[in-house]
Amino acid sequence: MTKYVIRRARLLGEDVVDIAIADGVITAIGTDLPADEATEVDATGLVALPGLVDLHTHLREPGREDAETVFTGTRAAARGGFTCVHAMANTDPVADTAGVVEQVWRLGREAGYCDVQPVGAVTVGLGGTQLAELGAMAESAANVRVFSDDGKCVSDAVLMRRALEYVKAFDGVVAQHAQEPRLTEGAQMNEGLLSGELGLTGWPAAAEEAIVARDCVLAAHVGSRLHVCHLSTRGSVEIVRWAKSKGWDVTAEVTPHHLLLTDDLVRGYDPIYKVNPPLRTADDVAAVREGLADGTIDIVATDHAPHPMEDKECEWSAAAFGMQGLETALSVVQHAMVDTGLLTWAQVAERMSATPARISRVGGGHGRPLEVGEPANLVLHDPAATRTVESTDTASLSRNNPYTGLELPGRVVATFLRGTPTVLDGHLQEAVR
Amino acid sequence: MKKHLLSAGDLTRDDAIRVLDTAQELLGVAQRPIKKLPTLRGRTVVNLFFEDSTRTRISFEAAAKRLSADVINFSAKGSSVSKGESLKDTAMTLQAMGADAVVIRHHASGAPHRLATAGWTNGAVVNAGDGTHEHPTQALLDAFTMRSHLGTDGGVGQDLAGKNVTIVGDVLHSRVARSNALLLHTLGANVTLVAPPTLLPVGVDAWPVETSYNLDDSLEKADAVMMLRVQRERMNASYFPSAREYSRRYGLDTARMNRLPEHAIVMHPGPMNRGMEIGADVADSGRSVIVEQVTNGVAVRMAVLYLLVGGATNDEGEA
Amino acid sequence: MVHPADGPDAVPGPVLPPSDETSVRTVLDDGEIHRALTRITHEILERNHGSAEVVLLGIPRRGVPLARRIARRMGEVEGREIHAGALDVTMYRDDLRMKPARPLEHTEMPDDVDDKIVVLVDDVLMSGRTIRAALDALGDLGRPRAVQLAVLIDRGHRELPIRADYVGKNLPTALTEKVRVQLTEVDEVDDSVSIVGSSGGGAA
Repeated sequence: MTKYVIRRARLLGEDVVDIAIADGVITAIGTDLPADEATEVDATGLVALPGLVDLHTHLREPGREDAETVFTGTRAAARGGFTCVHAMANTDPVADTAGVVEQVWRLGREAGYCDVQPVGAVTVGLGGTQLAELGAMAESAANVRVFSDDGKCVSDAVLMRRALEYVKAFDGVVAQHAQEPRLTEGAQMNEGLLSGELGLTGWPAAAEEAIVARDCVLAAHVGSRLHVCHLSTRGSVEIVRWAKSKGWDVTAEVTPHHLLLTDDLVRGYDPIYKVNPPLRTADDVAAVREGLADGTIDIVATDHAPHPMEDKECEWSAAAFGMQGLETALSVVQHAMVDTGLLTWAQVAERMSATPARISRVGGGHGRPLEVGEPANLVLHDPAATRTVESTDTASLSRNNPYTGLELPGRVVATFLRGTPTVLDGHLQEAVR
Repeated sequence: MKKHLLSAGDLTRDDAIRVLDTAQELLGVAQRPIKKLPTLRGRTVVNLFFEDSTRTRISFEAAAKRLSADVINFSAKGSSVSKGESLKDTAMTLQAMGADAVVIRHHASGAPHRLATAGWTNGAVVNAGDGTHEHPTQALLDAFTMRSHLGTDGGVGQDLAGKNVTIVGDVLHSRVARSNALLLHTLGANVTLVAPPTLLPVGVDAWPVETSYNLDDSLEKADAVMMLRVQRERMNASYFPSAREYSRRYGLDTARMNRLPEHAIVMHPGPMNRGMEIGADVADSGRSVIVEQVTNGVAVRMAVLYLLVGGATNDEGEA
Repeated sequence: MVHPADGPDAVPGPVLPPSDETSVRTVLDDGEIHRALTRITHEILERNHGSAEVVLLGIPRRGVPLARRIARRMGEVEGREIHAGALDVTMYRDDLRMKPARPLEHTEMPDDVDDKIVVLVDDVLMSGRTIRAALDALGDLGRPRAVQLAVLIDRGHRELPIRADYVGKNLPTALTEKVRVQLTEVDEVDDSVSIVGSSGGGAA
């Protein structure tokens, strides 16, 4: 196996070090390491972070291979600095059996750009009425620990309670898409001043917060782990903060887009900004940033949701919910959190690598610290670079990038998956087999 | 004026008065032996209706025809392609046909915006009602009707400064209410929206209007009362307990009409639910200008089409 | 705004400030305008054997006050009240597509025009295109027995086979010059007709 010496990287944005990699493992960290026969990578000015772990990715395969495949989605992930993504269950067929999750897991290994850890559905067919075979998925080769009906809410309180209880048997976690369905019938955008003006059915913050509050209380009652997906409102942050203050085992994620974009963008009715949960107000953005900074929100997860052009090039209410996120996540986090002084790079590493891996109990050496003897999953990020986002500059099959035209800081220069670069000099490499 | 008419908010006070004054002149055309002007000869106006509305379509059709435009009626309802695809594809078809103006009615809020801004067509886009968003030509014809009754000497050149207009009913789902609130405010009127709290949108307090839950409070000072249609299906969605209760609290019956000032007019954008939001004898009374609204609608739409595509359009440039 | 030669035949006055390079030469003062209109009034009456069949229609903007003045003088001669109307020709113009849609002027018919003698009144006759538009507009309003044309100024440069029946003053001009008519009712200054442009005949 090829050996690498990464020269003069800033480890977690701090000390300038060389990092030696051999046989998929970090073999040395220090200054002026001997080159031996290793390939040298100049990382002057670059920040070295552990390989990023995304707890919330839609890879669309099986079922919507016109939007994304495991192959294209994991290539996009590699370009974004990820070494592991969690594939959401809302595929067709739904990932609600051992067979489907194993298929997705295997497709990820075959693609060779990024490990794919499948998320299992909580209920059969995401139908919200009958528990899927959670145990079978947990025991499958995919070793599923995160269960979610994402895209739909497990709104039935009894079913949610049962799911929370049941996954304790194998240390699983239920990742809830918090959306009270009756309060969001036909909902199109954040309910507020603008929804009234634009005549789009409002999506009240209360519809999210009611479920977040209920589930926190339920999880505490049955002593289970709860993970709240893509939390988007100030109220949700406050509820999670309260739950944590009680010592309850609740974790939460925020998406890059909820850290940056606001509902004002809906004004032009361009469905590129249509997403679930919807873009919220500037006050909500401030609140989720604070929450992520103070640890109330544990992680950033992309909710990368590719859609083909025709599902976005239409009138707002006919368009699909969702936006891409894998290839811009680190830039957005730098812009919203690091450049604003809210997070250090070490804290970014925690929130985008260590903690998501811990929540999902994923193996494979993901979310490990950059230390000698650890698996060589790492990303080199150039924080001084800037780029104007172009929707065509992507490895994804889709183009629904909400940052198109925006200038964002930072660029992923290299991603190493178990010692082999999937991205080098900003370019995708041969797959790791 | 802007190139498109998507929202009543697109109109400045001067724009709005220009439309109304132009409509005032064009109103006379209906009384002439030859009810046609040559102005839009060679222009193509497409009526693109994704939602049934015979009244509005006929009104626009008459307006375009009286200006000698070629009119193409395109009813996209029931098309088998997915709705999204059909808007883009239809727009590109219209572009290929050389539509100078596209009058669009759509069940989705913002569809006219998409048509105007997505680059699928060059024509001027006129919003003929989109979802629960806006219906700007309806607001213009309402303002026109108010001005001709409440203004001095027919109102030419005037705005509606100081006039009190009460709009009653399902504001939440009403594109007519949204457009009227914006336009009437631009024209200086004091607008009061009256509805049960369930039928007022979140954030209505930031609109340039007053709101009230009580119809009786605003009757005595009203110069015009506009009753909005209440869809019966709202009843099943618990916006109010029953049609009877709604009618009792928010319907305009004779007793309430008699409390209006002598000069006040009663309006309704149609189609009416007689006995629900408006009493039959109120609708047929001397104060009701509902039929006149329809007549004025053609003149106002002529004015809008003339002002948008009667002069140089963007492909022709200015001389 | 100064219109090109194919625009409205008259140039609204106050907008164009006199400058060193622009000469303004007054060709008719208010007294002369008054006498010209009086003469035109008598010519109309003489030719049409009185006012009984005549309908006066001014073409906005400055044709309208001129028509009203003629109507007033005619009324004085005939000993009865005579009203002039206004005929806006905007919607019939052949140059609509040259610039953004312009606002309409008021059209007002004092009488039914069927079988009447309509006298169109305008301030300046040049290309004849405005009168062509007026004839089309009139045709949609009824069927007059005859249509005649009265203008304060005929400056030549016709582009259509149209001539005036009553002319206040023939004023040969260069195309580089503009004829400016100012009327109290419209411009709120004393009546005058002047030539604005290069006096030497060369382009300014």
